[in-house]
Amino acid sequence: MAHHIGLSSDHGIMYKFRHISWGLVFLIFAIAGIGFAALYSAAGGSFDPWASRQIMRFIVGVIGMFIIALIDVKWWYRLVWPAYFGGLLLLIIVEVMGHVGMGAQRWINLGFIQLQPSEVMKIAVVMALARYFHSATIDDMRRIYFLIIPAIIILAPVSLVMLQPDLGTSLMIIMAGAGMLFIAGASIWLFVAGAVAVAAIIPIAWYFVLHSYQKQRVLTFLDPESDPLGAGYHITQSKIALGSGGVSGRGFLEGTQSRLNFLPEKQTDFIFTLWAEEQGLLGGLLLLFLFGLVFAYGVWISTHCRNNFGRFLSLGLTINFSLYVFINIAMVMGLIPVVGAPLPLISYGGTSMLAALVGFGLIMSCSIHYDTKLTR
Amino acid sequence: MLGGRDNEKLYTRRAIVMGGLQMGLLGVLGTRLAWLQIAQGHRYRTLSDKNRINMKMLAPSRGMIVDRYGVPLAVNNQNFRVLLVPEQVENIEQALRALQNYVDITERDIADVLKEAKRSSKFVPIEVKDDLNWKDVATIEVNMPDLPGVFTDSGERRSYPFAEATAHIVGYVGAVNKSEIDADPVLTLPGFKIGKTGIEKKYDEEMRGEKGTAQVEVNVVGREVRQLEVNESTPGKRIVLSLDGELQRYTQHRLSQERSASAVVMDAQTGAVYVLASSPAFDPNLFISGMPFDIWEELRADPAHPLINKAVAGQYPPASTFKMIVGLAGMRAGLVKPSRTSYCNGKFTLGRDTFHCWKKQGHGRVNFDGALAGSCDVYFYELAQELGIEKIAQEARLFGLGEKLDFDLSEERPGLVPDKKWKLGYNGQKWQLGETIVTAIGQGSLLATPLQLAVMTARMANGGYAVKPWITYDLAQNYNKAQDWEKIDVSSAHLKAVRQAMNLVVNNEDGTAFRSRIKDPAMAFAGKTGTGQVQRITMAQRLAGVKNEDLAWQKRHHALFVGYAPVGNPRYVCSVVVEHGGGGSATAAPIAKELMYEVQKRDPRTKGVEEKIHVEEAKE
Repeated sequence: MAHHIGLSSDHGIMYKFRHISWGLVFLIFAIAGIGFAALYSAAGGSFDPWASRQIMRFIVGVIGMFIIALIDVKWWYRLVWPAYFGGLLLLIIVEVMGHVGMGAQRWINLGFIQLQPSEVMKIAVVMALARYFHSATIDDMRRIYFLIIPAIIILAPVSLVMLQPDLGTSLMIIMAGAGMLFIAGASIWLFVAGAVAVAAIIPIAWYFVLHSYQKQRVLTFLDPESDPLGAGYHITQSKIALGSGGVSGRGFLEGTQSRLNFLPEKQTDFIFTLWAEEQGLLGGLLLLFLFGLVFAYGVWISTHCRNNFGRFLSLGLTINFSLYVFINIAMVMGLIPVVGAPLPLISYGGTSMLAALVGFGLIMSCSIHYDTKLTR
Repeated sequence: MLGGRDNEKLYTRRAIVMGGLQMGLLGVLGTRLAWLQIAQGHRYRTLSDKNRINMKMLAPSRGMIVDRYGVPLAVNNQNFRVLLVPEQVENIEQALRALQNYVDITERDIADVLKEAKRSSKFVPIEVKDDLNWKDVATIEVNMPDLPGVFTDSGERRSYPFAEATAHIVGYVGAVNKSEIDADPVLTLPGFKIGKTGIEKKYDEEMRGEKGTAQVEVNVVGREVRQLEVNESTPGKRIVLSLDGELQRYTQHRLSQERSASAVVMDAQTGAVYVLASSPAFDPNLFISGMPFDIWEELRADPAHPLINKAVAGQYPPASTFKMIVGLAGMRAGLVKPSRTSYCNGKFTLGRDTFHCWKKQGHGRVNFDGALAGSCDVYFYELAQELGIEKIAQEARLFGLGEKLDFDLSEERPGLVPDKKWKLGYNGQKWQLGETIVTAIGQGSLLATPLQLAVMTARMANGGYAVKPWITYDLAQNYNKAQDWEKIDVSSAHLKAVRQAMNLVVNNEDGTAFRSRIKDPAMAFAGKTGTGQVQRITMAQRLAGVKNEDLAWQKRHHALFVGYAPVGNPRYVCSVVVEHGGGGSATAAPIAKELMYEVQKRDPRTKGVEEKIHVEEAKE
């Protein structure tokens, strides 16, 4: 049987390997490479302690990404509900452990990695929605009660994450879910109604839901100079670092704000600042451009899928990834409050690196198996 | 697939909208980045530099003070210290114990360092011990490999080689008080010292020098990472005094044989001060190293006031040394003529009051020469009675009494020349004739400092030029001879007559200072003794024949002498005041003799750097 006209998933492994989205792989390596350079600089020109470990994680993650990519998407289709409920269970476990144990806890130590169930959940929610919308028709999407289950799929993990409390992740799950609803064809009016509802909820959330440190972050965001040495310190110093970079930057290893430790969290949440301080506007725009290509690649893969699950999953994960990028970069540039979100593929940290690469593995799986037929 | 092509078309449309939304958001981020880095770039670059660059002040080296021959009176010694950087040692106490093998470190020092280490950042060096000698430093340097985190450095520390001898002139430096902080930022440097008294205070700004700066890059906790740019400090200026250091030391030593005394030797022509001594004194080096409390208490409580420069701040009744002034006023009024005599029987009666002459049996009939040489009080009582206080006071002021002389030391006091107006202002009462009588012999309210008495004598000796005393360069450039000074409105003949009488005081066998004369005619000096009453002698004491020596020290008379030398061509003048020293002829005149002899022998006027006395730029 000629492989190239095959409609099912039983292609040979070499065929699949050739059909891995190598352009996307190249982009991932380029972005991760920038991350390694930034971490090398963050340590004052040393692979130790961050860059070397990040490279190790990346290698492990990339191998995992390829494995995920080569597994037929129908297996992922079948694994949706176990993944979703497993993630939910893990969230409940950390919640219970947190109450029993040591206050706010967001992760489970698995020995080799500290697993954050909320990270698992971000992918699982997208998978679950993709699975649910896989069999939906346009008419289904216009029926409001058809959307009750997706609402539950989104809000169940959100409420658990809110309890941790982790407002940033909660909002990201909601936004990714909203994105899924949008691409699945929900009525535009639903989003208008949602926006109105959010506007109504904000005052209620302010007084009854948000913790004081969360309120403080919002207040500081609105006026960072009011408290330059306290809560506004991060934003102020980050803007100074970015601005002092100018067009061409201060030069590799020459970023004074980060090298002299004025910039906090420079290896994690504020890594973009370090990069743009040293490489300037040109370096910053290059990174944004690379991210833009990744998004475009994701959209392109999605529109070429022949099954709904693959479409929704690949685009949902692309949205997920782009949300990380937007929130992190907007945060370090002072456009939104500091929420504590890493820059995927670049920030130092195992969980976010692995989550991103697992996501890309699934996107590539959708791409390689674009014509897989999925039973309902 | 459900929904068919409609479904697919809707999906593609929405996916493209989503992609467009993502690109739009990326555009927002890119725009924001450009705005921060281009539009606001300059502002943020400045803020970044402000973050990381600290300006560190470098202390300037303080200018030296030297005498007229260039002998140092105030210098900066190297002060070697050993310091320890806490972050470079594992255990501070162990490091200090290791250091104990090489230098003497007490348990107290260790405790202090440990306390300090808790307070400050780990990278800030802590001083373990200062004032180390060179041997200690060398030992530590050699053993540096065994002493991690330990290093030595050297700062500067003021030192006064002449110690007590120049304490009152040179003064001393001390820590900056809050009230002393001015626009000069060096004053805020930790450990910076400024002049507190004497020349150190008067010329503090000149000697201070100018700060240097070092731009250092610091990290967020303020630790220095590297130096970017250094502007070295400018050392302060060197101050040259007109003082003769050796003669000063000699005088100080001579005065220290008395309980409390002061003396001035100055140039009759130029006003240069060669000696300005006040005894007892203190060791200014103690103020630098830390004054022990018991010594401080002793200095403060001593009735001889060792902390006060009595040569400029001590105000005494000039006693009989004032008689020249009364004589000159008499000549100006035409009252003193060779034909004028008084008959002294030991007392003078004014109404119901009796004024005594120091010589109980009286001087007999005396003219002006005899009255001055024998210091007859009655002659001057009678003269003053005719003159009135105003004329006497005017004459006194012409010769520099009763006002400050713009001397370099701010401790200078004005003395007091009383007159009718002063009395009215002082207690609202009318001047009494009796007061004129006691003023005639330099008693009563009249007060003068030893410096003023020297100036008075200089103006008589130099032919009536209004010299003012100076010890540094302020006046030095302009005054090289008596004629450079303003001429006083006084007749040369009158001054000559007074000098002739002053010669008799010392060199005539009837003179009160005859025993203290210098026999070498080339060095002979003239002058006038004075014995200042501290307490009015009561009639009962007079009748009982109480002698001055029997009184408690603080009630005894002050002994004074003013003089000039050599007699023929007056060049040097001196004034000596021995507090509660007894009689002028017995106590003050012998000291004056020694000073007049030594100053002529050394002849500082012809030597040293006088003509060049000025501020020199220190060369370093």
